[in-house]
Amino acid sequence: MSVIYILWLRELRRYVRSRAQLVASLGQPLLYLVALGFGMGPVFRKAGEGSYIQFIAPGVIAMTVLFSSVFSGIGLLWDRQFGFLKETLVAPVPRIQIMFGRTLGAATVAVIQGLLVLVISFIAGFRIVNLKAAPLALVFMLLIAGLFAALGTTIGSVLQNMQGFQLIMNFLVMPIFFLSGALYPLNNLPKLFAMVTSIDPLAYGVDALRTILIGVTHFGLVWDAAVLLVIGGMLLLIGSHFFSKIQA
Amino acid sequence: MIRINGLTKKFGDFVAVDNISLDVHAGEIFAFLGPNGAGKTTTIKMLTTLLEPTSGALEIDGLDPRKHSSEVRKRFGIVFQDPSLDGDMTAYENMELHGIFYHVPRKLRVTRIEQLLRLFELWERRNAQVKTFSGGMKRRLEIARGLLHTPKILFLDEPTLGLDPQTRNQLWTHVKHLNQTEGVTVFLTTHYMDEADRVAQRIAIMDHGRIVALGSAEDLKIKTSTASLEEAFLALTGSTIRDESASSTQQLKDFARLWSNRR
Repeated sequence: MSVIYILWLRELRRYVRSRAQLVASLGQPLLYLVALGFGMGPVFRKAGEGSYIQFIAPGVIAMTVLFSSVFSGIGLLWDRQFGFLKETLVAPVPRIQIMFGRTLGAATVAVIQGLLVLVISFIAGFRIVNLKAAPLALVFMLLIAGLFAALGTTIGSVLQNMQGFQLIMNFLVMPIFFLSGALYPLNNLPKLFAMVTSIDPLAYGVDALRTILIGVTHFGLVWDAAVLLVIGGMLLLIGSHFFSKIQA
Repeated sequence: MIRINGLTKKFGDFVAVDNISLDVHAGEIFAFLGPNGAGKTTTIKMLTTLLEPTSGALEIDGLDPRKHSSEVRKRFGIVFQDPSLDGDMTAYENMELHGIFYHVPRKLRVTRIEQLLRLFELWERRNAQVKTFSGGMKRRLEIARGLLHTPKILFLDEPTLGLDPQTRNQLWTHVKHLNQTEGVTVFLTTHYMDEADRVAQRIAIMDHGRIVALGSAEDLKIKTSTASLEEAFLALTGSTIRDESASSTQQLKDFARLWSNRR
């Protein structure tokens, strides 16, 4: 238990200490909110869909959680390169605890980032429709974060070096974001495209946040929770498997 | 304390460690010498549960690292060839994390961390982030950390690489002191022959994955009828220079240098 705690604490300490990174990582969501939120707003309104800022704020929060958690998971690669990974690998601790502590830490950091973006979107004019349900949004942010932190750890365990990183970025993380419906509604999409979006786990995360925060739903909250839990659990298992196979 | 019998490690067709056998006694300081790529680090990795041997038998304090990896891990401390500290954390936090990993009870952990940090003259800098430390300080911290859980064996894989003579000297004085006071068995590799000559009771020379000589520094000099350990080493391993192919870790490091402002 204390092993998980100290690794969780380590992720948090590192997050708090790298202030430049903290600020830098908020730049992208801010850009999406402002440039797209205000830029696409008039078109969106004309199409009869209401306020675009209201619509994309949950999507941008989900995006922040996605990027932050995947990157923290991939932070494993940095540990490998700076050597710290070896210290954890020779320790008399079950690997699953190490994997769990890291993932939990990465997820916590991602949720904090998500909350910061929520605050920023308030400033940009976003409003939660049902304040009483807001704590539930936190639960879903944690689910999204856990799922993608586990994915990141899996990737970090399998990749040997940073060369593969761009590949993962362009062919996995970016598609997960763009196909999730974070930026557009999933209704009335071409059939094939709709099928692709429905296998994107983030689509369920975005949908859940949207359901809770602005009361617009596509899959339904129960279905969202089920998909996130099952896929998150599976990734955690797969991640621990690959993590336990790492040889120095 | 350490028993190696017929140990072999192959990477594909390449035989990194070729059927080696040796015993290291409890309380001994044992040096493992050899040119680059001789298989020293690979052997240490197998002894410390980081790599699976292809064949052969291993025993650490009577336990097989493959079957009882957790028990074996508790029994040794290791200082790797490359640094393995977390630069974003302070010296104290690095020690604390290690203590928790090795289940050192809280009270003992606190006193022992202070004792070791004072011994290695790092106590004043305990709350500074490790990335601000000099190479010598990092090495000292790694050794202090490796000793935190009072291991029976201390593995030192080229611990003095890139250190100035003062720091090297001080480091070996500490190691010898700990060997005498705590009875730690020390298994070390180094490229500096004078260090091995000075600290180690017995020396094994490894080349192309095989042990080519084993004995005290005196034995090796007599065997090769040379005057110094360095000459004995060259007489046994020849004077061709060995090339190591860049490992994936090295490639990663090169890449990271481009991104070094990330940290």
